[in-house]
Amino acid sequence: MKKMIFAASCALALIAGGAQAQDRDLRIAFDVPYEPFEYKDENGELTGFEVELAEAMCEEMNANCEFVIQAWDGMIPGLLARKFDLIMSSMSITPERAERVLFSEPYYNTPGGWFAREGFSTDVTDMSAMEGMTVGVQRGTTMDTYVTENMGGIVTIKRYTTADDMVLDLEGQRLDVVFVDYPVGEQTILTKEGFKEVGEPVKLGEGVGVAMRQRDTDLADEVNAALATLKEDGTYDTIMKKYFNYDIKM
Amino acid sequence: MPDFIAEWLNQNEIFTAMTIMEYWDGMVTTVHLVFLSLVIGLLVAVLLAILRTVRNPFVSGPVWLYTYLFRGTPLLIQLYIIYYGIAQIPGIQETFWWEIFREPFYPALLAFTLNTAAYTTEIIRGAIVSTPNGEIEAAKAYGMNWFMRMRRIVLPSAARRAVQAYSNEVIFMLHASAIASVVTIVDLTGAARNIYSRFYAPFDAFIFVALCYMALTFILVFAFRKLENHLLKHQRPVSG
Repeated sequence: MKKMIFAASCALALIAGGAQAQDRDLRIAFDVPYEPFEYKDENGELTGFEVELAEAMCEEMNANCEFVIQAWDGMIPGLLARKFDLIMSSMSITPERAERVLFSEPYYNTPGGWFAREGFSTDVTDMSAMEGMTVGVQRGTTMDTYVTENMGGIVTIKRYTTADDMVLDLEGQRLDVVFVDYPVGEQTILTKEGFKEVGEPVKLGEGVGVAMRQRDTDLADEVNAALATLKEDGTYDTIMKKYFNYDIKM
Repeated sequence: MPDFIAEWLNQNEIFTAMTIMEYWDGMVTTVHLVFLSLVIGLLVAVLLAILRTVRNPFVSGPVWLYTYLFRGTPLLIQLYIIYYGIAQIPGIQETFWWEIFREPFYPALLAFTLNTAAYTTEIIRGAIVSTPNGEIEAAKAYGMNWFMRMRRIVLPSAARRAVQAYSNEVIFMLHASAIASVVTIVDLTGAARNIYSRFYAPFDAFIFVALCYMALTFILVFAFRKLENHLLKHQRPVSG
């Protein structure tokens, strides 16, 4: 039976030729849990910002989508080994990754956020007021690059390997302010007593894109078209507002 | 700067004058940190080693406990406890101690000093205990009191026996200092990690820093060989 359907769909595909409206099968990989982007809710259903966006994208592309759970280490190898066709798991676009996979246009970018203890009243964009302050960042992140390029020589920059160490030093008053990936700050700093967000979140980096095999350029065109439509017709904004109270749209 | 060096520096992406300066600053910090902790650690260790050999258990006991604690736990844990622990003491931020312990340098110096002092205490104690009885009896026969015996006979002879083991401790300390970068100190390793994360070039960044450590180690090995030659002069065969 399955074989017959397969044969029939092959025949259909042949008849339909290059027509866009054909139904196609796509497998999309996520690494869970990464709240609020992809995680399992209390019923065990896969949900989250990227999952809902993927569902909307599949509808737009008239594709039958299957969602695959894949651990982060095996993401790119799994894609190249054809275990799935798309990665929509918060993969930031970097030149190193772009050598191995094909990225769509970016579909979101979390900003960097400024966080400090209650009582901090300096304007973080005012360089003369910030002079001599100690700023904490995670080493090698886009936040690190931003602070190094824009505030190097004005503030003292302390670089940390983990966000936890950095938050400890903010608590212990070794740091005046930290500049960290907004969702990380929201979860590790704002959940504690005595801390607050200061200043406006800053958009950094190239953002997160859908990753595909490099030969699938037609698929990439379709993905880009679908994402562009979702961003325009308000579907994207509706999904985003369900999960975030700040703007991550790109 | 010779032209060919300038040319080579301009040709590669990573080893620009700026990153070389970062490595240099890191090397200065490493040398500063390791030198100070070794000097203070050695002074403390000589004192503690003498106390450790005293028969009275109320004197030697606490020193034994100290060396046991600091040799029994990883240096990284000691550094974490001192660096983060001090900041957690309620009210410390309002005292003058905070001026010292706010910066990561002094917590690291304290951890390194206490650690190297513990190991060095045991090295020197071993050398003191193994002083030949005849030397001490001879000193007693000359009417030397305990203090003079220590100063003139026991310690100099112990130093000769301890110097080889101590040179190892110094080199280990240099290499152990690499963990200073986890508490935001930009030492040699810290500089390498920053440069690695900027260029995503682990081989270049870390092989270069390994060569820096090897150069420092070579200087230490050379200095200790000179020192050994000097201290152990009497053991060399008379050369013809």
